[in-house]
Amino acid sequence: MSIRLENVSFRYLEDTPMETDALTDVSLEIEDGEFVGIIGPTGSGKSTLIQHFNGLLLPTSGKVWVDGVDLTAKGTQLRLIRQKVGMVFQYPEHQLFGETILEDVGFGPRNGGLPEAEVVERVRRALAYVGLDFEELKDQSPFELSGGQKRRVAIAGVLAMEPSVLILDEPTAGLDPKGREEILDEICTIHKERGITVILVSHSMEDVARLADRLIVMHRGRVALDGTPVEVFRQADTLKSLGLGLPQVTELMHELKAKGLAVNTDILTVEAAEEEIVRVMGGQR
Amino acid sequence: MRFRNLTIGQHIPGNSVVHRLDPRTKILGTTLLIVLLFAVDGFIGYALAALAIAAVVHLSELPWRYVLRGLRPLLVILLLTVGLNVFLTEGEVIFRLWFLTVTREGLVRGLMMGTRLVLLIMGTSMLTLTTSPIQLTDGIETLLGPFRRIGVPAHELAMMMTIALRFIPTLLEETEKIMKAQMARGADFQSGGLMQRAKNLIPLLVPLFVSAFRRADELAIAMEARGYRGGQGRTKFRELRFQRIDAVAMGLSIIFTVVVGILF
Amino acid sequence: MKGQPLIRFSNVNFTYAKTQTRDGWQALKDVNLEIYEHEFVAVLGRNGSGKSTLAKHVNALLTPSSGQVLVAGLDTSIPEHVWEIRQKVGMVFQNPDNQLVATTVEEDVAFGPENLGIPSAEIHRRVTEALEAVGMLQYRLHPPHRLSGGQKQRVAIAGIVSMRPKCIVLDEPTAMLDPAGRQEVMQTIHRLNKEEGITVLHITHHMDEVIGADRVLVMDQGRIVLEGTPREVFSQAELLRELHLDVPQITDLGQRLRKRGLAVPQGILTVNEMVMHLCPSD
Repeated sequence: MSIRLENVSFRYLEDTPMETDALTDVSLEIEDGEFVGIIGPTGSGKSTLIQHFNGLLLPTSGKVWVDGVDLTAKGTQLRLIRQKVGMVFQYPEHQLFGETILEDVGFGPRNGGLPEAEVVERVRRALAYVGLDFEELKDQSPFELSGGQKRRVAIAGVLAMEPSVLILDEPTAGLDPKGREEILDEICTIHKERGITVILVSHSMEDVARLADRLIVMHRGRVALDGTPVEVFRQADTLKSLGLGLPQVTELMHELKAKGLAVNTDILTVEAAEEEIVRVMGGQR
Repeated sequence: MRFRNLTIGQHIPGNSVVHRLDPRTKILGTTLLIVLLFAVDGFIGYALAALAIAAVVHLSELPWRYVLRGLRPLLVILLLTVGLNVFLTEGEVIFRLWFLTVTREGLVRGLMMGTRLVLLIMGTSMLTLTTSPIQLTDGIETLLGPFRRIGVPAHELAMMMTIALRFIPTLLEETEKIMKAQMARGADFQSGGLMQRAKNLIPLLVPLFVSAFRRADELAIAMEARGYRGGQGRTKFRELRFQRIDAVAMGLSIIFTVVVGILF
Repeated sequence: MKGQPLIRFSNVNFTYAKTQTRDGWQALKDVNLEIYEHEFVAVLGRNGSGKSTLAKHVNALLTPSSGQVLVAGLDTSIPEHVWEIRQKVGMVFQNPDNQLVATTVEEDVAFGPENLGIPSAEIHRRVTEALEAVGMLQYRLHPPHRLSGGQKQRVAIAGIVSMRPKCIVLDEPTAMLDPAGRQEVMQTIHRLNKEEGITVLHITHHMDEVIGADRVLVMDQGRIVLEGTPREVFSQAELLRELHLDVPQITDLGQRLRKRGLAVPQGILTVNEMVMHLCPSD
């Protein structure tokens, strides 16, 4: 299930004094099964971009295809597309409404017209993916949970549609480190086990470097860089000029190299940095 | 979002004479206009009132289209008022259209009601267009001040208005966000019968209320932490001051209202 | 650090009462703490560690179930003191949207001084000064909803500064901000601490935000479990990880390299420091 954008531009509040270009001439394709990280400063067009992936926004000009279906064509059933391209918004727990967790998490599949038995089955599976117990929680009110648990229930509400593409807009914002790590691990598991495409918008260079196999860097409504994390983080100067940083360890390797140390700078994780520094400096115990 | 076209309650900053008037002058002036519009009964009176409004619009240096745009969202109400009056007033029949009867009296009344409504909307939108919400609130608070002794909560009302104005954009944004999030889960806010549609709003309204209460709670704590304890002993950042121009404007409005109101 | 502490917690316990939806629980357990004027103290802890409860005790939004909190010698549990305490200790909260009251930036900054009954002309002076101190003067007429998260928090801080407090308590002011916003806020509070001499109590779960602090307290399950300079605290990387705090990559790497036998000291805080130790230049 691929997503393809061709020369997409989007303008907010067209023909008013507040008119702003949010996307300008964006062309890109996301293939089946990719794990894509989208990074960029606030206001760079990340949120606008991802809302084009499931037809919540339609381009002012240009075309969007999801799974071969042209979203801009008249009569396209956007509701069907949205069952396939699931989207988790920022602070998703703010959208909880159900009297019970079963009702809330089952909202998506029920809207998709599934029979109740199948809905229940899907809720069970979705809750399992985010590490929550169906039997224990199904009849509880989602409003009685802790902050981290609410977030997971909300994510489960999107997973329950069993989408082929999962878009997440800063799913860990405001969580503490433990909650952050757990949610990212769960997303990774889903990506691996179900083979679904994951598109993750994040401010954490460390997270996207570790998780994604492709990074799209947005700047002022355009795609500034697009490549593997290694390729993107090689462009340290470009990233800096866009107001973005590097993962701390990558920055360290760049600094060490500038000091004349013969280190490989294509390092994205603490483990790799440890090995590389030991390899280069190992002798000097 | 549809709400964005609404001019009523939308302030357009400027530095004209009208903008610079004390909000109290403008509030009282608008009140006089409303009284006048209900007192006069005849097209000469309306024409004079329209002339006065036109003069104010001219002095405010605002483009006419902004002032007229305020009418658009209320077009339905306007047409309904005119239509009901035209078709439902009994009297001398001019012509029949299928089952509708148009009478001379109906036509006159419809036109009068229509004019009255148009002038009313234009007059009040002049107040909100040229007065910032803050000034408006300050104006209302000071005008109501003397009535505090008989139990009118002037400060509390003003504070409520301020907070409402502060949070309307935030809540609109939030509404849009929740709507999109639920649409991403297949929610449908457009189709279905009335009952179905009302039911479909639950996934929007519940989170909106939950969030509004959370905001209210947090705001109350933040206000308390900043030493808020009601209107007592509170000073004002902005103090209202009557200028000579206010006296002139007030005087003119009163004379105009009295003369036009009595004569026509 | 001499004389009387500005803030003193003595054996403070606090228990939240049982409600319909939640059981009661003890959020602070036997907390003892002294904060002196002009200090910059950071409090680290995961969600539910009691750090926000601690913050709310400093300006009497909460009062101890047992024990005593003194602010400039005033007991917070005596209702007559509350008014004076809130003039001395201002508080900035997590959600930038839910603490701004007014429809323009300057009106909002004036809200506190208005409550204190300060004359209009003086409020105008203070508003200008406070907005200047947080670098938001050019936005004075903007409506808050048009500002970025970081800008909103700076306005919230200005709203406290205009009350001329001795101390500002910031309860996770950066939790909802993007990296640029976090940086803006951190720079602002450090400047206020250095230049205006305002005592700062900064609550956070981001470890990199405690770097410039004079002192760091780490909380877990209602207790202060670790206290020291940032370096002292960071050198306990393992303990911090057990407490579910996220150790910056560079500190983590430093610790790993030490284990592998490289000459790296404990508690490395920044990339520069690490470079200095790995390549001691000339």
